[in-house]
Amino acid sequence: MLADMIERLLERHLDDSAQARARGGEWLPELWAKFEEMGLPLALLSEEQGGFGLDPADQGEALRLLGRHAVPLPVAETMGANRLLAAAGLPLAEGAAGLARADALTLNEGRLTGRVARIAWGDKLDCLALAVGDRLYRVPRSGWTVAEAGLALNFQPRPTLQIDWTADVSAPLPHCPLAEGSTLRAFQIAGALEAALDMTLEHTGTRVQFGKPLSKFQAVQHELAKLAGELACATAAADLAAEALARCDLLGVAAGSLRAREAAGSGASIATQMHGAIGFTREHRLQLFTTSLWTWRDEFGGQVSWAKLLGQAALDAGGTGYWPMVTAL
Amino acid sequence: MSSIAFPRPPEDTAAVIALRTEFRAFLDKELAGRSPRARSDNWYGFDRGFSRAMGQAGYLGMTWSKQYGGHERSAYERYVVVEETLAAGAPVGAHWIADRQSGPSIIKFGTEEQKELLLPGIAAGELAFCIGMSEPDSGSDLAATRTRAVRDGGNYRVTGTKVWTSFAHEADWVILFCRTGSGGPTDRQQGTSQLLVDLKNTPGLTIKPIIDLAGQHHFNEMHFEDAIVPANMLLGEEGNGWNQVMSELAFERSGPERFLSSIELLYQVIEALKGIDSDAAQITLGRVTARLAVLRRLSRSVTAMLQSGQDAALQAAIVKDVGAVFEQAMPDIARELIDAEPGPIAASAYASVLANITLNAPSWSLRGGTREILRGIIARGLGTR
Repeated sequence: MLADMIERLLERHLDDSAQARARGGEWLPELWAKFEEMGLPLALLSEEQGGFGLDPADQGEALRLLGRHAVPLPVAETMGANRLLAAAGLPLAEGAAGLARADALTLNEGRLTGRVARIAWGDKLDCLALAVGDRLYRVPRSGWTVAEAGLALNFQPRPTLQIDWTADVSAPLPHCPLAEGSTLRAFQIAGALEAALDMTLEHTGTRVQFGKPLSKFQAVQHELAKLAGELACATAAADLAAEALARCDLLGVAAGSLRAREAAGSGASIATQMHGAIGFTREHRLQLFTTSLWTWRDEFGGQVSWAKLLGQAALDAGGTGYWPMVTAL
Repeated sequence: MSSIAFPRPPEDTAAVIALRTEFRAFLDKELAGRSPRARSDNWYGFDRGFSRAMGQAGYLGMTWSKQYGGHERSAYERYVVVEETLAAGAPVGAHWIADRQSGPSIIKFGTEEQKELLLPGIAAGELAFCIGMSEPDSGSDLAATRTRAVRDGGNYRVTGTKVWTSFAHEADWVILFCRTGSGGPTDRQQGTSQLLVDLKNTPGLTIKPIIDLAGQHHFNEMHFEDAIVPANMLLGEEGNGWNQVMSELAFERSGPERFLSSIELLYQVIEALKGIDSDAAQITLGRVTARLAVLRRLSRSVTAMLQSGQDAALQAAIVKDVGAVFEQAMPDIARELIDAEPGPIAASAYASVLANITLNAPSWSLRGGTREILRGIIARGLGTR
């Protein structure tokens, strides 16, 4: 139901020219307003929290659609920030929001100061859900200035923000923003891989070389099969991460995040290779997805940090404790 | 839209959690003292005593009707037992094929007489089965099978040769895939049937070993020369062999055996790295664990599909393809973290397990459908053929 609404909205309001404008750093206010009208920023909240109480499968589908259409707005981030704020009992965002862990910030006589690196669309947000130590702060737009410009691989803004704010709205941290964000990204990755597989099937099914469609060549078929495997893994990985997040299990979030991120890289490579040179152009839509996959796989905690967390747990479990650890993920 | 549905895995209910705990205790007791090297044989271990203990304790034929010695438990409960067995490196060879596919095929296609004759013995861990499919000139191209069964009164007379038959020299029965049709070009698939052949009591059948590159004897060549098989041992319908075999494959391709074959090596790597502070070790183990956790989830999803009677052939092929890549990567992953010289006689448990896994790993993308065949099946599932 929600998925159909999102699909219809994106068909009508997110065309290639809007994508191109977003890649020039332009905010798409009309599209944002439509998402708000639909209530999508509240889609991860329970009914008691003011959301729709969607079941996890529908939440996942909504997040995957954001990836499937390479939506160039911080919708997933706002959904995640609101889930954090609601869980902490803080007021929800009144527009777009960001979320981050910012342990380098200092709190001096009630004033929170310091830099927060690479926040998606940082100058367009209404508020930030910032974790510092074991507290969550709700920083309003007046609490920061843009310190440095930044761009992601998909050419969307990732400015570094200078926070300077009287920290008067905070609560104990319910769960880590990196775990929240990384789970959102896993769903977006799965969605972008769905799009990449569809486009690759379409291209290889219609592009004729040596007198037959590319998809009739066995070498091509085997690459398509591998891409389908990566998509299956990314989808399962996102679900795994989401279930782990719901029970505050960082190891499960790490496992899901890592496998989705791996699929982002290998899937993007296969899709690009199967498109030939056209997939390497700005003109072709495939790049919306490949560049987003390359962006999302390194955000909300790097690959190395997540892998070390999970790997250390494996070492701590030891040879005999390892399997029980795996079945608990 | 090309999304390939993998439903949510079955839930870990209190009953499932209790079963896992109870079964882990059973394995601890049964496998006490089993060496890492022996555990690394994984499903190539063969031990009638262990299989009987599994049968007596109610861990075989778990999903089957009680009428035939089964226990009427869910497919997911069986999954839990199977993955725990493999993760522990138990010697499953004496019940593996029978419990996984021969039994289910007999339930689906067998006569009442066949069910009563064979199923209780399988569920008790007494009857071992093997699979008579591949031939010298018919490997991946199963429909090219030549072994022929000709009806002769109350019997079939069978002539032909099967190869790569794991445990034919130990097992009690084989389900033989053979040609019963006229052999015209139009009935490559239609003219085939399956016969239940008693390996210990079939005149005209000889079994010869094929030694693999690890020096082990699992494989055999089965030679049928005018061998006599009673006609009441036809499984299912004459001419329907191809369809019957295909229906086995989803059961054969999606299970945890498709990614746990090298799990003992992973345990040994972790043990060998104990107390060593290494970023590389942490990072590698993190990534490997993530792959394993996701494969487990996919495999449990397929169990949910099989449990509800859905066609899972495409999903099963994906699990097997991704799973084989994972389990075969393990020796190289280990070698990047730990220096050792592996060999059949080696200086440590780690090196000896590494040796066994290295020598056996090549077969994992061959058995049960080669990587190339599976990728073809997946591509067809995506609509490209």
